[in-house]
Amino acid sequence: MSDQKKGKKGDILLEMKDIVIDGYSDDRWHEIVKGVDITLRRGEVMGLIGESGAGKSTLGLAAMGFARPGCRLTSGSIMFDGIDLMKASAEERRALRGSRIAYVAQSAAASFNPAHQLIEQTVESTVRKGIKPEEEAKSDARKLYRDLQLPNPDHIGDRYPHQVSGGQLQRVMTAMAMSPRPDLIIFDEPTTALDVTTQVEVLASMRRIVEQYNTAAIYITHDLAVVAQMADVIKVLRYGETIEDADTRSMLSDPKKEYTKSLWSVRSIEKPEDKSEDVILKVDHVDASYTGSAKVLDDVTIEVPRGDTVAIVGESGSGKSTTARAITGLLPPSKGQVLFNGKPLPPTLKERSVDQLQKIQMIYQMADTAMNPRHTVRDIIGRPLEFYLGLRGRERDQRLLELVEMIELNEDFIDRLPAELSGGQKQRICIARALAADPELIICDEVTSALDQIVQKGILELLLRLQKELGLTYIFITHDIATVKAISDQIVVMLEGRVVEQGMKSEILAPPYPDYTKLLLSSVPEMDPDWLTGLLAERAREGSATA
Amino acid sequence: MHPVIRTILQRLGLGLVTLFVVSLILFSSIEFLPGDFGEAVLGQAALPETVEAFRKELGLHLPMHERYFDWLGGILTGDMGNSFSGRGSSGGQDRSRPVIELLAPRLANTLFLASMAAIISVPLALFLGITAALYRNTIYDRTVNALTLTTISFPEFFVAYLLILGLSSFTKIFPSLANIDPDAVFWERVYLTALPALTLTLVIVAHMMRMTRAAIINLMASPYIEMADLKGASKSEIILRHALPNAWAPIVTVIAFNLAYLVVGVVVVEVVFVYPGVGQLMVDAVTTRDVPVVQGCAMIFAATYILLNLFADIISIITNPRLLHPR
Amino acid sequence: MNNDDDMTPGKPADLADQGYSAAGEVVLIKARRTFLENILRGLKSAPPTALFGLTVITIYIFFALFAPLLAPHGEAEIFDLSYAPWGEEFMFGTDQLGRDILSRLIYGARNTVGIAFVTTLFAFVIGGGLGITAAINNNGWLDNLLSRSVDVLMAIPSLIFALILLSMFGANTLNLIIIIAILDSTRVFRIARAVSLNVVVMDYVEAAKLRGEKLFWILYREILPNIMPPLVAEFGLRFCFVFLTIAALSFLGVGIQPPTADWGSMVRETAGLIQFAEYDLTAAMTPMLPAAAIALLTVAVNFVVDWFLHKSSGLKD
Repeated sequence: MSDQKKGKKGDILLEMKDIVIDGYSDDRWHEIVKGVDITLRRGEVMGLIGESGAGKSTLGLAAMGFARPGCRLTSGSIMFDGIDLMKASAEERRALRGSRIAYVAQSAAASFNPAHQLIEQTVESTVRKGIKPEEEAKSDARKLYRDLQLPNPDHIGDRYPHQVSGGQLQRVMTAMAMSPRPDLIIFDEPTTALDVTTQVEVLASMRRIVEQYNTAAIYITHDLAVVAQMADVIKVLRYGETIEDADTRSMLSDPKKEYTKSLWSVRSIEKPEDKSEDVILKVDHVDASYTGSAKVLDDVTIEVPRGDTVAIVGESGSGKSTTARAITGLLPPSKGQVLFNGKPLPPTLKERSVDQLQKIQMIYQMADTAMNPRHTVRDIIGRPLEFYLGLRGRERDQRLLELVEMIELNEDFIDRLPAELSGGQKQRICIARALAADPELIICDEVTSALDQIVQKGILELLLRLQKELGLTYIFITHDIATVKAISDQIVVMLEGRVVEQGMKSEILAPPYPDYTKLLLSSVPEMDPDWLTGLLAERAREGSATA
Repeated sequence: MHPVIRTILQRLGLGLVTLFVVSLILFSSIEFLPGDFGEAVLGQAALPETVEAFRKELGLHLPMHERYFDWLGGILTGDMGNSFSGRGSSGGQDRSRPVIELLAPRLANTLFLASMAAIISVPLALFLGITAALYRNTIYDRTVNALTLTTISFPEFFVAYLLILGLSSFTKIFPSLANIDPDAVFWERVYLTALPALTLTLVIVAHMMRMTRAAIINLMASPYIEMADLKGASKSEIILRHALPNAWAPIVTVIAFNLAYLVVGVVVVEVVFVYPGVGQLMVDAVTTRDVPVVQGCAMIFAATYILLNLFADIISIITNPRLLHPR
Repeated sequence: MNNDDDMTPGKPADLADQGYSAAGEVVLIKARRTFLENILRGLKSAPPTALFGLTVITIYIFFALFAPLLAPHGEAEIFDLSYAPWGEEFMFGTDQLGRDILSRLIYGARNTVGIAFVTTLFAFVIGGGLGITAAINNNGWLDNLLSRSVDVLMAIPSLIFALILLSMFGANTLNLIIIIAILDSTRVFRIARAVSLNVVVMDYVEAAKLRGEKLFWILYREILPNIMPPLVAEFGLRFCFVFLTIAALSFLGVGIQPPTADWGSMVRETAGLIQFAEYDLTAAMTPMLPAAAIALLTVAVNFVVDWFLHKSSGLKD
């Protein structure tokens, strides 16, 4: 690649002005992006941050002159290095894609064609567009694999997508984007589907390669801490409008808008640690496995003190959700037992009495699927009132109203269907349904992870208030350390079906750490642009010290 | 063992088991005949000895499992027993013919008709289905869609009579009866078979086109197709390089499904055009309750159907990269 | 048509200024309407094909219900004029035995459509009930037993299977209904099981189990309301299939038996007239009338189902 063509660092590469994009839903067009400007210079990384519905992905694709089916670029101008993408023909835009502008998608597993080898897909546009001959492109791809620290870089390209792990696929996709040495790469939530410990490695290799080849990039995410590691400048979007523009450091140290601050609002909750001696639930040396597969729980012992919150933390496959299934009786333990108020609970759901079922309630991650879409709020909250407490008629409606007010909603919501509620409101109704049973213990399975930050904060505060008022005990299953810090008294760290560590929050979150806890805690991105650099340096130091 | 081979063997085994169960069902159909069927077949005037001899010939005095294996062995060696018809003829003389003799020439005719329909309809349906999917929601797509929806709603005999009215009664282009005789030359056969083949084609094309369209639309919605678009691949590259290698399985499934449907479709069409094929033979045998002939015809239809589906399964297996390149 | 009333946005809580409140979270609420309003709105936005289909179906139902009042003659009434030409006394002539074609066409709406409808209903009760049960018992012995049996039954083309069974048990209307209902219930079983499986894995079903609800409550309150839309569409498609299968069998002479007036058999009985098209066009049309009656209803149902599927899948481009 000649430097003349690339232009100078600092020249304007992409200029988007007053972009309006419409999306089609419910039989009409809505504005998804309402007049946003973007100016990106060569070699610069811009973070586009916003919550669901902010229009950030749509805007990212528009930078390639592309609109998904069901969307249309309505007005505005997109100048890419002197080319007007709004006026360019479909063929001209197509010529730019895969040569000068490349794209890295969120779901690598679905975005690779299952029928072709990885290296074929990596070099496809480079070769087809005549940028490099095939052999040269392939040896360059192997070099990129090496730069991205993929294992076995000389041969990993001969594999098929389903033969490679998610984190590796995401790096192969970065290599694919980099192969034609584009001027601009759009990263669309590239690490959202990954576990935190994997995310760190992928982030580090992506950042290194973008710096190495001095490529401009737009990095789209909902996670401010992640984008802070990658971007030079950050643009905050909400409902298709720009909220705030700033360079990364000043954005983090001195956000101008309330909304920007709310993006890390969960981190502002602080729960004073409480230590109760009265054990309400004990998971006692429990093993469990799904039929025909290996153990998913291996000698798990967890004590839950009354009136406190125990957070169970771990990555996917750690057995944290399986633990909840063993407690509720959905998956009977193959060994060990669960004690509730000192008495053993029957292992299966069928053997448990209505009274035992009533005392332990569950709240799910996806409120959408946790409520029957054909039932109104009245049916949803009313059913446990009838079923457990035998309330009928006016008595039931009275209690229903109390519960709805307890979760900070009002009577307007009682006759709505789930589809007529926002994400946060749905989760509140699920909380009310659990409360309606008048339980002692509530198991919260990732209850906030599908929600936007500001809504998460509201839900967590509600749960804390209810705990204080009603003396509830929570088991809080999550992969998100910020949530753990916000709500827990005790923490249980799980890995591959085993408990790695259990103790008070202050003990677990302070050194000395067991290896895995340390890896897990240190991998959680912080609101500090130097965090990743510092972490990598530290890991390198330790690596060389142990070597 | 390589997973592809293992899966194929599994499917073959499953196909055999299914054929076995089908043969059991067919065999047991003779058990359900009423007690006096011997007289019904041989006629009221039949002597008791004749009836007894007939029952003996069918082996009704032997235990059931013995008869079953005898029957199955017969079918495998091409002996399907003798037809019931012709037995009651006067003089007690047995003029019934072996089922295989009745079947063989008619099977050739049916295969000829089905192949003719398949040769026209498969390429046509694939072309229409793929183009409708690629030009989705255009006038072209909507028209083809409404037309095929109408066609699949028509009973086969309605389509057949419409064609007879249009192409035979008024215009005299084709004959309305397809009673081909055994020594007709090839082109004469084609000419005589034109209307039945055209009827089948119309029905099959509609089904196949709609299924192809759905399969292709489903495929084109895959994230990797969008990725190819975002990589700047041209429309032909997207289709040839990215969609096609993954399209074999769904397309072959659609073709096999519709060829199997063709097997059933011939029955009605043969009756309409008085075409001397297996379908008509079977319908006649059902009306006269000539069980050995029904068994023979049904076995042929069922085996074809099962084999076609098996073939589609195997194609899907050998084009599945997850099975071809195991972890 | 003005679509602005379609969505009523909730209060847009601008957090930058107003702070956060749960009740004020922005949500697009679909305006609530009564059942009747929804139907009227649905009809207004229906494509012409669907409106055509609905009209045709209504007319057929009308004829089926009031056949004795509408038909000029009895269903099996025989006049001593066979193959009478179209005319004033017999609008569409008479058949080979001297029965009035028009009356038999009208009664056919009751018999042919009625028998197909009852058969489909049976198929749904059997197949639907077993399918949902199999889904709840996912991968249990019952599910495996039912699924494998259905696999085998479906390995034989259903028209052929029906022919075999009819030859075994004899061709009469009751046998026909039972045989076709059982054969078609295999397909209903598959779809009912598949759609229920999608619902059974939902957290709200698990929540109901955790609450301690009984199987019947889960089936009736949690699962059934959520699988109705696909099952209704499937009912239309299965009806078409059953209707065409019975018509084909009757046409072949092994379906609905005389003297019951039935469209399939009517085509068979008068098919010979088509040879006289050159000499008497109306005579040649006689077998086409019942055939067209079958085709028209199937087209109508298919158009309505197509619209329904398009609407409920929320397809857009």
